[in-house]
Amino acid sequence: MANADKTRKSNIWTIMRKELKRFFGDRRMVMTMVLPGILIFVLYSLMGSVMTESFIGDADTVSTIYAENLPESVAVVLRAGGLPLAPVEKPDDPNAAVQNQELDLYAVFPEDFDAAVAAYTPASGAPAPEVKLYYNTASASSSNAFGIMAGLLDSYESAMANKFDVNRTADTYDLATAEDTTGMLLSMLMPMLLISLLFSGCMAVAPESIAGEKERGTLATLLVTPLRRSELAIGKIGALSIVAMCSGLCSFLGVMLSLPKLMGSEVTGMDTGIYGVPEYVSLLVVILSTILVIVSLISVLSALANSVKEASGMVAPLMVVVMLLSLTSSFLPELPGNVAFLIPLYNSVCCISGIFALDVAPVQILLTAVVNLVLTGVLVFVLTRMFNSEKIMFKK
Amino acid sequence: METQTGSPILTASGLKKTFTLSRKQRALEKTDSPVKVAVDQLSFTANRGEIFGLLGPNGAGKTTTLRMIATLIRPDEGDVTVDGVSVVKDPSAVRGKIGFLTSELKLEDFFTPDYLFDFFADLHGMDPAAALARKKALFARFGIDRFAEVKVANLSTGMKQKVSLVISVAHEPDIIIFDEPTNGLDVLTAKVVTDYLEELRAEGKTVILSTHIFSLVEKLCDRVGIIIDGRMAVCDTLDAVRDGLSLEDWFFELYRETVGEEA
Repeated sequence: MANADKTRKSNIWTIMRKELKRFFGDRRMVMTMVLPGILIFVLYSLMGSVMTESFIGDADTVSTIYAENLPESVAVVLRAGGLPLAPVEKPDDPNAAVQNQELDLYAVFPEDFDAAVAAYTPASGAPAPEVKLYYNTASASSSNAFGIMAGLLDSYESAMANKFDVNRTADTYDLATAEDTTGMLLSMLMPMLLISLLFSGCMAVAPESIAGEKERGTLATLLVTPLRRSELAIGKIGALSIVAMCSGLCSFLGVMLSLPKLMGSEVTGMDTGIYGVPEYVSLLVVILSTILVIVSLISVLSALANSVKEASGMVAPLMVVVMLLSLTSSFLPELPGNVAFLIPLYNSVCCISGIFALDVAPVQILLTAVVNLVLTGVLVFVLTRMFNSEKIMFKK
Repeated sequence: METQTGSPILTASGLKKTFTLSRKQRALEKTDSPVKVAVDQLSFTANRGEIFGLLGPNGAGKTTTLRMIATLIRPDEGDVTVDGVSVVKDPSAVRGKIGFLTSELKLEDFFTPDYLFDFFADLHGMDPAAALARKKALFARFGIDRFAEVKVANLSTGMKQKVSLVISVAHEPDIIIFDEPTNGLDVLTAKVVTDYLEELRAEGKTVILSTHIFSLVEKLCDRVGIIIDGRMAVCDTLDAVRDGLSLEDWFFELYRETVGEEA
């Protein structure tokens, strides 16, 4: 019996080694595993820096603004507001200059602006003195200048009729900590991101390894050896999970490294440093057990299919369900009760969300891991039965 | 165990296998019956140290019979005992006793013959030192040694067949089943294969050979079973079967008698 156990283990290991060699020995396969992570990193970092830049604006840009009848009182406000007006000669046709993007903004103040404003009472019913700002949305610097100028004039107007202030004194009014902000953002984002990355990692390997081998007739060669079907099922699912894990890990690193840039950490105060070893260990447990479930599910569907193409078609509905489940985390006000953690895949979504929100109980992680492992066991059993079924293995 | 040449090593008794036909298949086969009887009450015995030929036209049930012996499919009725082990009761043990070569079983293109030999030897639980010695001998015998590190995808058809052959006998099985082993091969490679079958017989191994090539049966087989429409029409020594006629002439005669029409 001990000898049989030894053979069993060594057969599983032989199958796993072959699968790992197949995937890691093929440069093209390795690239498909690593590339998504690198692409995500580059893409998110680029998107992040572009977005941050457009949000903050370029401090060095000096807008060319021509203001007609600009009163000194307003000029002071504009200077204080960071919009110094360089002396610009009045163009022959200021509107045409704005249109041609030679001038960013053409502002026209009424003559005697100060006096007109001072004399105006809203109760009189007469139209208020009007400042006209001509700008061009086709030019980023013009839009920018218009936005700043309009904003400053608005606050100047409010300052004149000031009765009370909100949050004037220098103090921290937003009492959310960096942890809260980061947790909230990541717990909404990560389940969808991670689950879809894991799913595509499994999708890249499982149909190829099972439906592909069946299609090419290499699975039948394995089936005429003394290898037990259960050993084949365990070996395949084990190796495919390792490969999918590596692929998922690359993508995960890409996301974690680029996310602070994408979310604009300067603006949102995001800090991924708030997570420690317990969070990452929990995450690893959840990810591993989720990969086992996804790989097993795709493997069972792939064993039913006669070709990789057919397998991809069969997995598509599963992918839609998984994606929808992963979206639910964005709408969850708080984590559901423990019973929800008995539902495979949904439990993974809840766990990932909870881990990033620093709001998940260890029992929930444990429940998820156990449920996922039990389901994987059931699916290994199903796959074994399928490998044994001549109708499934040799149907034409 | 006594391994006396001539004693029965494989016994098929009352084998029956039916397949369910889809509507499309029924239309193709021009039949209303939802099932097709591929093999019907088929019995035969193969002895140690002989080449036993299964001869029959395409679709007669040869491949189905071999697949049942190789435990890839289960008989609906009947059983095959291979060296005393039942294919129905202990398929895994049977798989350890046989080598099976058929064009349906392919080798993964990505790997080299060297790796694949080790992989299959491992699955058969061979001792690494013995496996290495056997690999060396077989690779030299078939000229695979020069291509040992070339991926299967880049090998010629003939070399692929030689690698498949070597891997099917890696674990030194006592019974080797060959399904149309020379199909699609050039005459040189086909001769290498047929020579090897004779070598196996000389070593005391039993070879079950399925083919529709009469000359191959005449050249190699000690005994022959002729399958027509899933039934064993005749099973005897080659000389007793053809009774002075050429095998081909005799077969057409038999076919006319059995099916009642011109072949």
